[in-house]
Amino acid sequence: MGRGKNNVLPGFTPALGYTIFYLSLIVLIPLSALFFKTATLTWGDFVAAVTAPRVLASYRVTFGASLAAAVINGFFGVLVAWVLVRYRFPGKKLIDALVDLPFALPTAVAGITLASIYSQNGWLGRYLEPRGIKVAFTPLGIAVAMVFIGLPFVVRTVQPVLEELDQEIEEAASCLGANRWQTFRRVLLPTMLPAILTGFALSFARAVGEYGSIIFIAGNMPMVSEITPLLIITKLEQYDYAGATAIATVMLVVSFFMLLCINLLQKWSRCFAE
Amino acid sequence: MVGNGLHKKERKGATVTEPAWVRWLLISVALAFLALFLVLPLAAVFTQALEKGWEAYLAALTEPDTISAIRLTLITAAVCVPLNLFFGIVAAWAIAKFSFPGKSFLITLIDLPFSVSPVVSGLIYVLIFGLQGWLGPRLQEHDIKIIFAVPGIILATIFVTFPFIARELIPLMEAQGREEEEAALTLGASGLQTFLRVTFPNIKWGILYGVILCNARAMGEFGAVSVVSGHVRGSTNTIPLQVEILYNEYSYAAAFAVASLLALLALVTLAVKTVSEWKMQQTITAAETER
Repeated sequence: MGRGKNNVLPGFTPALGYTIFYLSLIVLIPLSALFFKTATLTWGDFVAAVTAPRVLASYRVTFGASLAAAVINGFFGVLVAWVLVRYRFPGKKLIDALVDLPFALPTAVAGITLASIYSQNGWLGRYLEPRGIKVAFTPLGIAVAMVFIGLPFVVRTVQPVLEELDQEIEEAASCLGANRWQTFRRVLLPTMLPAILTGFALSFARAVGEYGSIIFIAGNMPMVSEITPLLIITKLEQYDYAGATAIATVMLVVSFFMLLCINLLQKWSRCFAE
Repeated sequence: MVGNGLHKKERKGATVTEPAWVRWLLISVALAFLALFLVLPLAAVFTQALEKGWEAYLAALTEPDTISAIRLTLITAAVCVPLNLFFGIVAAWAIAKFSFPGKSFLITLIDLPFSVSPVVSGLIYVLIFGLQGWLGPRLQEHDIKIIFAVPGIILATIFVTFPFIARELIPLMEAQGREEEEAALTLGASGLQTFLRVTFPNIKWGILYGVILCNARAMGEFGAVSVVSGHVRGSTNTIPLQVEILYNEYSYAAAFAVASLLALLALVTLAVKTVSEWKMQQTITAAETER
């Protein structure tokens, strides 16, 4: 197409110019500050800062809980999407709208609420704790908060794919003698897989960076239930700017890597759709 | 990244389905999961907010520190949302109505703030404007305070809400193509007239959708704001930070009372979002039938 020959619409140059200007001002220049600050550290200092035992423990907690939460969301997200697309039941529209609650509810509100529900005297905690299941102030609580904030990502990526799916393929499979479970596993699941993985990755990426909904329920014990974003804040409060920056750089590189994976997954699902 | 519901299609009379008991089992498990993870927390906010009765609830909301937190949150949203709205419309115009090399890379860059941890989003502004930062010493000479002050809160909020509106408008405007605008221009309308009379009516529900999500995040952002705010009571606390302070002081009822304001905002957001999704769908279907 090109903008020259057949596009008579005005305003391309100023619009693109302003887009790049505002993007640089708000996002690119501030983000580059992080890398410039990291570059002032020596390699040895950087490695020491990002591989200290307490930092390594925080990676384990953050990535471990994020992975667990993403797996739970992958399973239940697909189930919720399936139920919302395929079945009819009373209150379906309301529930469909409610799925986005974790996007709309501020993280601090989610955090204090989850902490109170799962604490010793909370609505669920009072039944769970006597049975030896401690959720609040343990890594399990971190995973619960991550399930909450990550759920809509899986539902909202799988749902449109299920809606677009042609039921003729399922009819064909059943005509050829496949039972319902075989049809689901051999025909539907492979088609949904790119979307499921995209949702899984989005939910994982969100959980890794999450702060607000976690810190209230986590207990924040160093080496046990301290997440990496909290460690950045702790370092900042101790005026350890170099340490905070080094850990933040690791987090940012992980986010970039996740973003790359998600983009590739989305390209893959588009290939599937066509 | 946030599903924009452009592809909703009601499914009628599926010919291939599961036995009834499997259907009801799946529905029950899904609903139980949602009840546990979504409905229960929502109910808990309001229950605990009203635990000590309406009087205590209203007293918590009219406390001076809370009022000043509400004021700061409103100011922050009032600055961030229009700036990001203007950017969103301009960026969507450039990206959706024209083709140029590097377009998908540009979209990825616009999405970037979604994938950055809120804590890192706050930190980058500390590194620029903080006392140890690039501009810190010079700002101090002129007695300008950005970090641990309102401008820092606004900057960090602009960063985290940056992609919302552009993200919604780009696919919507791409779906609508540019025939209508071309027709208007051929008939002699100016560029601005074309935008206001032709483009705007087509994207107004998309704008509302983006604005409401951007606003919800701007009012509710916690991590990024927490890094740059300095937590000065009555002057640099937004509503979410006020909730944190009250909670950490063990004034649970007051914390949940203030939190219930944000939960109400979330419910309003969901309602407006659902309506604008529905309206966007109508606009698109109408455009498709006209063609």
